[in-house]
Amino acid sequence: MFWLSFKRILKTGFIDFWRNGVVSLSAIFVMVITLLILTGAIFSSVLLEHTLTSLEQKVDININLLPDAAEATIEKMREDLSTLPQIESVQLLSRDEVLQEFITDNSDEQITLDALELLQDNPFGASLKIKAVDLSQYEAINKFLEDNYEVGTVNSVIDSVNSTKKHEVIEKLSNIIDAGEKFGAIITIIFIILSILITLNTIRLAMYISRDEIRVMNLVGADHSYITGPFIVAGAIYGLVSSILVMILLYPITLYVGKDTAELFFGLDLFEYYLQNFGQILLVIVAAGIFIGSVSSFVAIKRYLKDR
Amino acid sequence: MGNFFGFILSMIYFDKVTKVYDDSTKALCDVTLKIEPKEFVSIVGHSGAGKTTLIKMLLAEEKPTEGKIFFESTNINALKKSEVNKLRRRIGTIFQDYRLLPNKTVYENIAFAMEAAGRTDEEIVADVPYVLELVDLADKELNFPTELSGGERQRVAIARAIVNQPDVIVADEPTGNLDPINTYEIVQILKKINDLGTTVILTTHNKGVIDELGKRVITLEGGRIVRDDPTGRYVL
Repeated sequence: MFWLSFKRILKTGFIDFWRNGVVSLSAIFVMVITLLILTGAIFSSVLLEHTLTSLEQKVDININLLPDAAEATIEKMREDLSTLPQIESVQLLSRDEVLQEFITDNSDEQITLDALELLQDNPFGASLKIKAVDLSQYEAINKFLEDNYEVGTVNSVIDSVNSTKKHEVIEKLSNIIDAGEKFGAIITIIFIILSILITLNTIRLAMYISRDEIRVMNLVGADHSYITGPFIVAGAIYGLVSSILVMILLYPITLYVGKDTAELFFGLDLFEYYLQNFGQILLVIVAAGIFIGSVSSFVAIKRYLKDR
Repeated sequence: MGNFFGFILSMIYFDKVTKVYDDSTKALCDVTLKIEPKEFVSIVGHSGAGKTTLIKMLLAEEKPTEGKIFFESTNINALKKSEVNKLRRRIGTIFQDYRLLPNKTVYENIAFAMEAAGRTDEEIVADVPYVLELVDLADKELNFPTELSGGERQRVAIARAIVNQPDVIVADEPTGNLDPINTYEIVQILKKINDLGTTVILTTHNKGVIDELGKRVITLEGGRIVRDDPTGRYVL
């Protein structure tokens, strides 16, 4: 009996969806907008997340050592730093590598390079490049260096630590992004709730048109589940069709904005992202569409189901 | 004592039923009424006399403010939601405005009533064409209600009402929107249904219909029964 009813509910839902063409079209139109807003929210979150990660990766601490620092001291410092839990990686650059990096970085400045050639010896000391686990750890690493290697005193083997200012700027920027992400999330949630309410009202309007039909179904003794079922199926179909349309629309939209996002957000091309994550995006959008459609139908039909 | 055993002996029994709506309108006042199995009862009265309220309470669409309504020995007002549906499957309904499902074909409209009653696909395939033959609409099964005339729509409504072989047919002003020829045809179908053993309750304004039937007539006025003639004529 259950399967017979289930089969009939599915069939009726499909037929109703097809026969109520205008109502179905308007519901789909509204749901496409809802799902586009949802997709926009997902993409914004991805872009901000990517920006934050990219910024974090750009921050490191460069410990410039004195040219006469002993190799054993340098090695010990590297080992000490590697054991710190706040540190993700420590890279040692020899004096020659530092010189080479300087030459590459200043290849446009001939005067500087000429001046360098006048010097008989390599003026640079070795260098340690440190990457922290996250931005908030840089303060602790600086403190560790001050406490253990007497940074800024005559006894220190450290010539300079050139991270502080750079990471402060980036930390501020990341705070702004963080706040923006939270603010954006609130705005997005408001938009999503609003669009769900609009969808709900559109479907409620469709139910209003069918209210006499629902009353007749009640009068011939149909069970509530048998009356509600086809409407929920039709709602789910609205969601399914809308999500497929949204996935099709996303192709030209992301293609159009992809290059701009790559320039603005540290190389994240939305079109590439859309293509690479097509399956996941499809799954989320289809699930959201079916959920919003069927729940809206269920909520909308409730008020027309009273027996007396 | 007669009232006490009334519901046991009759098919439908209204026991001192009063209905007052939320806006203080008194639709029915102390109505006691007994309908026996296989009876054909016509209920007449002016607009606002309480005919439709009476029907709505029988279908458990409205609850009485006072009194009880029995269908056989069951108190309709004490029924749970699921039981209300079962009761409605035992009562076939026909309305003045037909109340067909507009997005379903003639066949689907009738099949829906059978599906709602949990009948199998085989039963539906066997019974729907049969009732369509009975109301002379076999060639219209694929049409939608909007493609039919008023008389044809009402015949579809009758087919839907009888397809589950209910114990009672309730027809609320079924000829109100029909011309005399279609009215005659509908009344003949209702008489035939009654002859086959189904109780029929008919509300109407149509004097010609009542006089032609020559069956029991209950007259309502201001929510009260003012006349109950076993083989009555239309007197208002």
